[in-house]
Amino acid sequence: MGQQVLNAIFIGSIYALFAVGYTLVFGVLDILNLAHSAVFMLGAAVAYSLVVNYNQSFAVACVGGILACVVMGLVIEFVCLRPLRRRRAPPIAALISTIGLALIIVAAVEQGRPGSLFAWLWTDGANSVRFPPDIVPNPTWSVGGLTLEAVKVAIVPVSLLLMLVLGYVIRFTQFGRGLRAVAENPRAASLMGLDVDRMILLTVVLSSALGGIAGILFGLALSDISPYIGRDNVEIRGLAVIVLGGMGSIPGAVAGGYLLGLIEVMALVLFGSNVRTGVAFAALFLMLVLRPQGIFGAQLHERL
Amino acid sequence: MDFILQLVTDPVAFYQTHTVLIAQVGINSILASSMFLVLYSGQLSLAAPGFMAIGAYTAVLMGLYWNTPLAVNILGGTLLAGAVGLLVGLPVLRLRGVFLAIATIGFIEALTEGVILNLPITGEGLGLKNPSADPLTGINLILISVAAVIFIVWRLTRGRLGRAWAAIRQDELAALSQGIHVARYKMIAFVLSALLAGFAGGLESHLNFYVDPNEYGVTRTVQVLTFAVLGGAGNVLGPVVGALFLTSLPEIVRIPSFDPRDVISGVILIVVIIFRPQGIVGRGGLAIIRPRWWPRPNRASSAAQAG
Repeated sequence: MGQQVLNAIFIGSIYALFAVGYTLVFGVLDILNLAHSAVFMLGAAVAYSLVVNYNQSFAVACVGGILACVVMGLVIEFVCLRPLRRRRAPPIAALISTIGLALIIVAAVEQGRPGSLFAWLWTDGANSVRFPPDIVPNPTWSVGGLTLEAVKVAIVPVSLLLMLVLGYVIRFTQFGRGLRAVAENPRAASLMGLDVDRMILLTVVLSSALGGIAGILFGLALSDISPYIGRDNVEIRGLAVIVLGGMGSIPGAVAGGYLLGLIEVMALVLFGSNVRTGVAFAALFLMLVLRPQGIFGAQLHERL
Repeated sequence: MDFILQLVTDPVAFYQTHTVLIAQVGINSILASSMFLVLYSGQLSLAAPGFMAIGAYTAVLMGLYWNTPLAVNILGGTLLAGAVGLLVGLPVLRLRGVFLAIATIGFIEALTEGVILNLPITGEGLGLKNPSADPLTGINLILISVAAVIFIVWRLTRGRLGRAWAAIRQDELAALSQGIHVARYKMIAFVLSALLAGFAGGLESHLNFYVDPNEYGVTRTVQVLTFAVLGGAGNVLGPVVGALFLTSLPEIVRIPSFDPRDVISGVILIVVIIFRPQGIVGRGGLAIIRPRWWPRPNRASSAAQAG
């Protein structure tokens, strides 16, 4: 049971980090960026390729993976979001265009085999692979009957630190003030002299970078990297997390991430492994039906 | 190109060689009509594959355990899907836009991951064998059903219901203030959509010897959404044309060692939503190929298509 709670905290940190990026875009733009899970996968896939196919160190691979996600953030903004914003399309339209981008990213990685069109990006097709075991030192401790792996333990402070930095940036810096202004009312923000497009671009890029980091951490700690890690592990769970915490609320996403990790572990302990995912989605469904504003009950416009 | 060439020069041989494909187009067309009904009434419900799963599993299980005839099985699956639609619709239809989309995704995932994969009677993750499936009689049934479904949905959108749905889609508040019972009409669309999806599921289960639980997840939802976005949701023919095109796409475009389906679907979603949000069968879409003598759609319905 203690081990299970530990696992809940590890996986919850990844859920939280992933969902913070999701909810950041929703908070500022009122748009659900469904390409976020594909960006999560891309970060892990590029980092893996750099280590295994290009013989780079893990540090270089991390930077490379994050850069790939930043570039993908630019693509999301310039291809999927900005043209629709120009046309004042409803938020649903962006949901559909980002689903389209996610399909393309996943298909590109999935078809990366030696000799194929995307071999430079990925060479393992639809297979699940893992980082070579010696790329980061991974001592394992045994404390009071609990097994602690360094890579899993490290996830928690890394995620918390990133989320704290993000919280600081949003609350106390000039950029953060601009971001909150755009979230509150883009038109008024632009009348106050803010470059709204630039703010949105930075938001999407920041969110994608966080998604990529979450992906790399996931690949490292769970030893599972495949074209489907985003779709199967975090896409819909990420939705569950931001719904649990209240759509658009960053503290809510952090709390929601850990809460979902805990709910899944409780389901695992109480009903066995098969029911685990089903329970998460049932929680999502019930939360939306009973309390759509999330556990914190934030007002829709006080959320960043 | 052989595909299109054969369709034009030798339709009989085409029908014989591509029976399975034609059946799949038919199933997807019914599913697309189901999606169309909710979109036409302004609700982004993504629940169709869930209701489809209910229809498929119910039909097969009735056949296995009660030995009832096919028509009864499919009817049973359809009605159960409709009943679940009613139950799910009661709480869910209070949500709008993105929230409705998320809740319906939660519904299908909870249904497949939580229920179907865990019940012994549904075969859990292994799926369900269906020894009485019959692809050959299935296809005639499907073709007749597609025609009937398209006709019925088209008549519905032309009548009192359709006008109410269009009004709700364009402005819910305005519709409410005009005395339209918004909640009731939304529920009618949602339940009809669940019935159609359940029907499509029942038909599909008769086509395959095996019901695969993984067929009814989010991937299927995205596929159906692509049909509707490509074709446009202003006219029932839109999603059906989308289903026709995208289902036969792998046959039309063949690239060795590369499956272009997802890439093309993705590009279509982005390009259509940016440049042609009304879909290819929207206003000005089919108008390009419409002959001069063909009756033009009236103003009200073409305004509805733009919404």
